[in-house]
Amino acid sequence: MSPDEEAIRVAGIRHTYGTRVALDDVSFSVRRGELFGLLGPNGGGKTTLFRMLATLLHVSRGDATVLGASVRRAPAVVRRHLGVVFQHPSLDGMLTVSENLACHGRLYGLRGAALGRRATTLLDRMGLADRADDRVATLSGGLQRRAELAKALLHAPPVLLLDEPSTGLDPGTRRDFLQYLSQLRDRDGVTIVLTTHYMDEAERCDRVAILDCGRLISVDAPHALKAEVGGEVIVVQTPDPHGLATRIQARFGCAVSVVDGALRIERARGPGLVRDLVDAFPTEVTAVTYGKPTLEDVFIHLTGHRFWAARGEATVA
Amino acid sequence: MTAALLGASALWRREIVRFVRQRSRVSGALLQPLVFWLLLGGGLNASFQPAGSAPGTSYVAYFYPGMLALVLLFTAIFATIATVEDRRAGFLQGVLAAPIPRWGIVLGQALGGSTLAVAQGAVMLALAPLVGIRLSVSGALASVAVMVIIAVGLTSLGLIIAWRMDSTQGFHAIMNLILIPIWLLSGAFFPVTGAPAPLRLVMHLNPLTYGMAALRRCLYLSDPVAAGPLPPLAWCVVVSAAFAAIAFLAAARTASRSQG
Repeated sequence: MSPDEEAIRVAGIRHTYGTRVALDDVSFSVRRGELFGLLGPNGGGKTTLFRMLATLLHVSRGDATVLGASVRRAPAVVRRHLGVVFQHPSLDGMLTVSENLACHGRLYGLRGAALGRRATTLLDRMGLADRADDRVATLSGGLQRRAELAKALLHAPPVLLLDEPSTGLDPGTRRDFLQYLSQLRDRDGVTIVLTTHYMDEAERCDRVAILDCGRLISVDAPHALKAEVGGEVIVVQTPDPHGLATRIQARFGCAVSVVDGALRIERARGPGLVRDLVDAFPTEVTAVTYGKPTLEDVFIHLTGHRFWAARGEATVA
Repeated sequence: MTAALLGASALWRREIVRFVRQRSRVSGALLQPLVFWLLLGGGLNASFQPAGSAPGTSYVAYFYPGMLALVLLFTAIFATIATVEDRRAGFLQGVLAAPIPRWGIVLGQALGGSTLAVAQGAVMLALAPLVGIRLSVSGALASVAVMVIIAVGLTSLGLIIAWRMDSTQGFHAIMNLILIPIWLLSGAFFPVTGAPAPLRLVMHLNPLTYGMAALRRCLYLSDPVAAGPLPPLAWCVVVSAAFAAIAFLAAARTASRSQG
């Protein structure tokens, strides 16, 4: 991708917290006008990367540029390019929505009538016009998120950076929020980078970077990632996974892996194998699921472990 | 530069709006020093004659400027706690990601805290006649000006601490070990003149001693003898302003070095 098409370039970033490696030589690029997802379990390194791109964490090895400006050498320029939505609320609950926008706008150099016009436009767009004079603390979680987004878009940034934007939202609100992000990309050409641990959220991105234990596992469009897994995925529950795996391999000649006490068969030869498995091992097979690969299957395929069972990490969302 | 000042003004304004909406902060910062003054001043009044003071100076009157300084100190402490809370609640991260230099953020916080401190101190000036201080207009204006200098210094001192802290947990220790002793050993509670030599040395080195002396001199602008034996006003103002400037620069420096 040529520099003109590139919104963000991450080049050889490495970061450690004490002896724990949070990011290990991570490099990738984000195209202009792209909705880009950083997918990974908690502790995978995506929030560390987010904080570096937002110029809130010092980059000691490697570099990242936002529209050509380096986070190391020109953080002030990077900040003007970026709208940032944090995982935790950054609005002042004691101020009204309007007051929050006014305060934030001034921090980005907006003032007077121009500030007022931008604030009104965004409140309208976010459907917050009638709540403008309410204190933020009185808004619902979904409305607070929208207010956060309004705040981040106030200075019309060409690049929007979001850290776990839909954490704590109910599924409906999450869908609406993602819908709005897609519109923002289509209508205003905003480049959007979000971190997420929700597969369905990652599915809606143009491209996804998968991070696990600080390493970049893969970067591609969701459909391309899933094509890599191939055909369908069969998951077999059984009391004796290793024994059954050997027997299935011997009998059907297909590759079987054991993940989290269950058997996984990728590139399966269609639903016929499901029937054959149950016929062949009726007492050992307790349950079978069969389906098109999801991004979670991609994750397991690439890392060999389940998404929430990443090494040494908590499994709670 | 303009961006930093515009951002600072936004944060300044926010501090004031928040304060007005938090009734408990208003009463906390005003009532606590007032109660201290009435209880300690009233209780010690009959027993103590402040050392070196003009004949007829009661302890309640002596302690009155000290109470004003305590109002400033408490407000500065609140501003400090507010900064730590802003970090915890997430507001600060949004500010840190904005294209405004860190000194601009600190300026907004220091101005916000100082404005609230001086506004409350000015309210307390209305009690001056109760202790026999006949405050002239020039005396009142000079007192407010000195309070501004003291407030900027104390708030900046608090911010140096706040930018190093992630939680308010250790704050009580710092308050009791640093901030309260600075006030106690400033001549607010007892005069430098009568203190034992080692304590007197510490008091001479304490920057707030000069702020307290300047405040006393301004309150007794028309009657210098009643103010007691103190360094000259100009010297006190110079030391206090220098301290405020150094504390502010140190706070800005601490903020610049703080990671997120």
